[in-house]
This record gives sequence, structure tokens and C-alpha cells, in this order.
Amino acid sequence: MRPLIEEETKLVFEKLAKYIGENLKLLIERPDGNYCFRLHRDRVYYVREDIMRKATNVARENLVSLGTCFGKMTKSGKFRLHITALEYLAPYAKFKIWLKPGAEQSFLYGNHVAKSGLGRITENTEQYQGVVVYSMNDLPLGFGVAARSTQDCRRANPTDIICFHQADNGEYIRSEDTLT
Amino acid sequence: MGRKRELTELGKRGPGKKARIQPPPEIFSEGKAGQTKKKKKKTVVKKKKQDGEKKITAEKKINLFEDSSEDDGIGMVDDDFLNVTEDAPQEMPADDYGLEFNSDSSSEDEDEGDDENENNNKLLAIEKKSKKLDKKLREDRVLAEEELQINIAEKDVFTLPSGQEIEKEYILFAHCFAPKKCAKRRNGVFSTHAKKCRNPPYLTLIHQRICENISALNNFKKYREPGKSRKEYLELLRNDLMNYYSYSEFMINKLMDMFPLSELLEFLEANEVHRPVTIRTNTLKCRRRDLAQALINRGMNLDPVGKWSKVGLVVYDSSVPVGATPEYLAGHYMLQGASSLMPVMALAPQENERILDMCAAPGGKTTYMGALMKNSGVIVANDQNKDRLKALVGNTHRLGVNNTMICNYDGRAFPKVMGGFDRVLLDAPCSGTGVISKDKSVKTNKDEKDIQRCSHLQKELLLAAIDSTDAQSSSGGYITYSTCSILIEENERVVEYALSKRHVKLVDTGLEIGNEGLTKFRGHHFHNTMKLTRRFYPHVHNMDGFFVAKLKKFSNSIPQSLSELVTKEEKNTEENDVAKNESTDKPKKDKRKKKKAKGT
Repeated sequence: MRPLIEEETKLVFEKLAKYIGENLKLLIERPDGNYCFRLHRDRVYYVREDIMRKATNVARENLVSLGTCFGKMTKSGKFRLHITALEYLAPYAKFKIWLKPGAEQSFLYGNHVAKSGLGRITENTEQYQGVVVYSMNDLPLGFGVAARSTQDCRRANPTDIICFHQADNGEYIRSEDTLT
Repeated sequence: MGRKRELTELGKRGPGKKARIQPPPEIFSEGKAGQTKKKKKKTVVKKKKQDGEKKITAEKKINLFEDSSEDDGIGMVDDDFLNVTEDAPQEMPADDYGLEFNSDSSSEDEDEGDDENENNNKLLAIEKKSKKLDKKLREDRVLAEEELQINIAEKDVFTLPSGQEIEKEYILFAHCFAPKKCAKRRNGVFSTHAKKCRNPPYLTLIHQRICENISALNNFKKYREPGKSRKEYLELLRNDLMNYYSYSEFMINKLMDMFPLSELLEFLEANEVHRPVTIRTNTLKCRRRDLAQALINRGMNLDPVGKWSKVGLVVYDSSVPVGATPEYLAGHYMLQGASSLMPVMALAPQENERILDMCAAPGGKTTYMGALMKNSGVIVANDQNKDRLKALVGNTHRLGVNNTMICNYDGRAFPKVMGGFDRVLLDAPCSGTGVISKDKSVKTNKDEKDIQRCSHLQKELLLAAIDSTDAQSSSGGYITYSTCSILIEENERVVEYALSKRHVKLVDTGLEIGNEGLTKFRGHHFHNTMKLTRRFYPHVHNMDGFFVAKLKKFSNSIPQSLSELVTKEEKNTEENDVAKNESTDKPKKDKRKKKKAKGT
């Protein structure tokens, strides 16, 4: 376990900013305690400082996870968000997509979102903007990247993909082994 | 996860084709002897009827007389059993006309009355015949059952079947009727048609004998056969229970030691059925009422689990998989047995405390603690098994518990890694005798050594748990010990051991339900405060068998010299006793001498 080096911090923050924009500040400066990012076995954890202190007692090979895992550093030097980060992305998300009840299940199985399943979308969403996907009763389901801007969505065919799938809640079951 | 239909539109459906009750399969080996056999049966029933009447009029003596009059040398009880076995094939519609389905439909028709007559006109002659036969069969069966009841009521001595009879039975049992259970163990031979026979009559026979045996044992003076000891009755009961419920001898002995006989049967029966599915609301993400509403909309049928819990829900039935709804994936609830809420409720973690969960996977209790603490403080979740840790990690993240630190140590290493916790939860690995309904293999694959090994590990873990607790903690200093076993060796014995080895005392668990722990067991007395522990049984509370004890640590020092002190004290007291005895003996002798003197 170690703090992120500058490049890694930049990678992580850039990625997070795609979804929550300037709300990123709220993640770092919190009123309820100091939180920090830590890297452990290529995974990036977001954790309260006192918990992190405790974790220093534990040997590296015995430590499995602490706080919340945000994602992992890939071998090609990129940062990939995991579904576990959704808990912090959802409340601060700037751009959102709501799915019709029919498309909910399909998204939870790892499929992209087609126009026919789109219930609502935030105004002024640009193409390739990171978005958090909600169900119609405001349950966060996952996140992805907008394939079309809001304007283009209006003109799209029902079968056109509106949002590329990145992570969804179904991964808690599908890929429990690789979460951390 | 292959289903991609809409869940919300799935309405409730009626029972499918396959849910209809099918007639039991025929026994083909009987061949064409069906009709003649029926006649035989009838005569048997008539005979029985006569017997029954006799029994009603004249009582004991006639019974005894009948015993001797039966020339085939089968005792009275066995005569009854024989009846059962002969009746049993009747249940299988042995119709000679090959119109099996008719027999099924005719039973439904009977209620309709008028329609039947109309139908009769339309039916073929053959069908009419078969109907008649069916009717007779039914009447016979009713008579036979009444007969049986009368027999049971009338008979007042439960006679033990002789060893030969039992042996004969077992051979039959092994050869034709018990495809899975006993046959393999006995001699590994069983015929193919045994597989077709779903409800082997020998099981009903054994079950009946168990019931009678137990009722006889409950009033042994009255119902015993003269000259037979209680031991023999018990031996028969043990064998029957072993065969009927397919337990190993070791397990059945343990259970017979633990429960009174009537309760034992209930317990064994309860182990054959599954406990209801329960879920726990994750109060970090939603309220129970909202969750219940959302799940009812998905097609589940649920209820609060009881007054003792504000977060538990029981799922009676569900048209969707309970472990894969969007609410589950979003972490609004956790699939968790009702009994596994108990240790956490007993521990009662407070906010901003440091808590250790020694054997945490798969995280049901850990996440419950996280919810109770509202994500404040620190939970150190530990488990030895790396594979199970994955589930733990997944569950803590899914339920949004982010005050956890998950590590992978042997629990016994603990005070060295980290200590000074306010509260420690130890849900120790155990033999699993409380959850036989979940894992049937426990019935046979446990023996004395396994239990000892478990018990030893539990003792070590509990001491480690106590050592990692801080007695000086302002709010805590508590340890909760729980197992999903019901055996004394893994529960009371372990707690007793800890009480003697460390400065801890038992305190009230604060649980409203549950039986009190045992203070004495087979001549062994435990500490008086063992009453404060709680036991849960499948047949009493309809949840998994469970044990919960709450300990409070009152000093951080380890009483290393305690055992030595005790031995010293014992020596001292013994010496004193010896001295006293000597001193008391002398005057007695004197008195005797005096008495002798007086007498002479």
C-alpha cells in the first residue's frame, strides 16, 4: 500500500472528472474526515485516513481491501474505473441517463443502451461524455459513455446505441472474483 | 443469468403440468398376478377387520392370545407392520386394463356426483370396470387405515421385533427399497426397479415403529414388554432413526444425548425441510418499508421476520430470483439467515468503535455491523480462506460499507497483528450441526475427531479474540462468540474454557428470543451464568441451529498463574481435609468404643 505518485493521481483524477467534473473537489475535501487515495496491488482505494493508518499494521500480502476500491491501474498504464466506484460517482454525477424499465435488465447484463430503452437524458450532454446510468425510479445501475449528444439522440433510430456500457451492478455477481 | 424477459410483467401463474400429482409408478415384477393379488388383499383386510372387532371387545388377553395364534411366528406388532406393507402396493393402481390415467381422473369425478352418472353412460365397459375396481380399492384402503388406527389405539404393549426379523427387513430393504440410503452401505446391491419405487413401504414401516417406540419409551412402565430392558428399546430406536433419517451412528448418539426423545424427532424432521429465505435491509441505502414495497412490486411475497428485528424480512415465495433483482445488485438488501442476525444484535456495535470480525466471510454479519455503525469507526474483517474473501469484498462494496479493512490472516494470529479492539465478533468455524437442512453431508461425515478438532480451534480462536479486545475501552470490551452448531462441545465447553483461562465474564446477550444455554449436561456442570447464552433450534425457532454468547472482558492481564494457583489451593484444601478427617475419625472411633461398651 502506498500513496499514488503524481502521474497516477493525474490519471485517476482525469478519469473521475469525466463523470463528476468539478465535484471532484468534494471527494477530496470532505467535512466528515480526511480521505485519501491509496494504491495497493494495482488497485486504487479511496479510504478514510484513520482506517488507512490501521491498515499499515497489516502485511502487504495479507491485506485484501480497504475502504472503497475505485478501480485498477492497467498494465498498459491506464486507469480503469470499477463498478465499486459507483457509490461515489452517483451522488456527484453531472450527466445522467435514465433507462426505461424494459431496458434496465439488459443493461444489468452488460449490454449497451439503445435509443429504444432511453427514458431521459440530461440536457447538453456531449458526445463521449461520461454518464451515470439510472433506472426510472432513480436507482443507480452503472455508468458508461454517451455515444450521442442529447441533440443527436432526438434524431437517432430506436436501435441506435445511445450509451456505451462501461460498468454495471450486475458485475457484482458476474465478476465477483475480479472486483478487487 | 440467461433470462432477459421483463420481470415486472411476469404475473403469478398457476401450477404447471408437472406440478400435478402423478400416480405412483407400477411395480412391473408383479406381472399379471394383479387380479388374484387384489382378492388376497381383500381377504387380508376382512381378516384384519375381524381382528379389530375382536380387539375392541376383548382386550389384553385376546391380544396376547392372538399373538400365539398367529402361526407364522410373527409378533403382534409385526403383524400390523405386515398389514402396512401389504397395503402399500394397493396405493399403486395395479389395473389390468392399462387405463392408468382414468383412475386419476375418476377420483376427481367422485365429488361431482351427477356428472358421474352422465359420464358413466359415455364410458366404455372396460372403463366402468376399472372404475368399480378403483372404488373398491379406495374403500379397502379407508377400511385398512381405520383398522390401523384402531390397532394403534388398542395395543398397549410395544413388542420389540426379534433380531432375525430386523435382519430380514434390512435385506429386503437393501435389495429392493432403499436405492440411496442404506442399500449402498449394507452390501452395495440394489435392484433397478427399486429406483422406480418412490415411497418405499419399509420407510413408512420404520417411521411407524419409531413413533410407537418413542411413545412406549415415554411411558415405559406401562408399555414395555416384560423382560426387555430400556436399553434394547433405545438400541432399536437408534438403528431405526439412523436408517430413516440416514445419520451416522456417531451423530445420532450425540443428538440422542442432547434432546429428549419427542424433541429429537421434531429436530430430525426440521432438518429435512429448508428454513424460509430471509433478507436483511441495508439501512445504509434504504428503509425496510420502501424495500418491501419495491420487492412486492417485483413479485415477491414477504413479511417482517419478527418483532425482534427491524431489518429482517421473510420471503415466502418469489417469481424472480431473490439474489439477482436490481435492488439486490444495488445493495439494498442482503440474503442472510435469520439466525446470523443474532450475534451482531448481541454484540451491539456502537458508532466510532473499533471492531474486529474474525471469521467474516461472506460478509453478512460484517455489513450488518457496518450498517449499525453508519459507516463510522473501523471494522477489521478477517478471514482465513482466500476464496471466500472475494465474496466478502464484493458484499461490502455492494452494500456500500466503506469503513472496512479486509485482511487475510489465520484468526489465531490476531492479537499480534492488531489489538485493542472495542468489540470482537467471533463467528467460529464449526461442524455445522445446526444447519443440516442446508448441508446434508453433516449427517454422515462427522465423527468424534472432527468435533474435537473444531472444538480445539474454537478455543484457540476465542482466546485470540479475547486477547485482542481492550478491557479498558470506555464503551466496549465485549466479545461475542457464535457458532452454527448445537453441540455442547463446540459451545458451552468452549465458553467454559475461556472463562477459566481469561478474565472474562458472561453478560446478557440482550436477545429477546432463544433458549437459555445449558448449565448442566450429562453430569457435567457449567458455570451458573451459562444461562445468559442463547441457543436457537430449527424446530423451535424455525431458524438455523445457532449459539450466541456475549462475554465482557474486565481485565487485560492474562491469568497465567491461575491454574497453578488453583492447583496449589486444591492441594492445600486436600491437606486440610485429610487433617480434618483424621481428627474427626478419632472421636467417632471413641464413640463406637463407648457404644460397644454400653451395649455390652
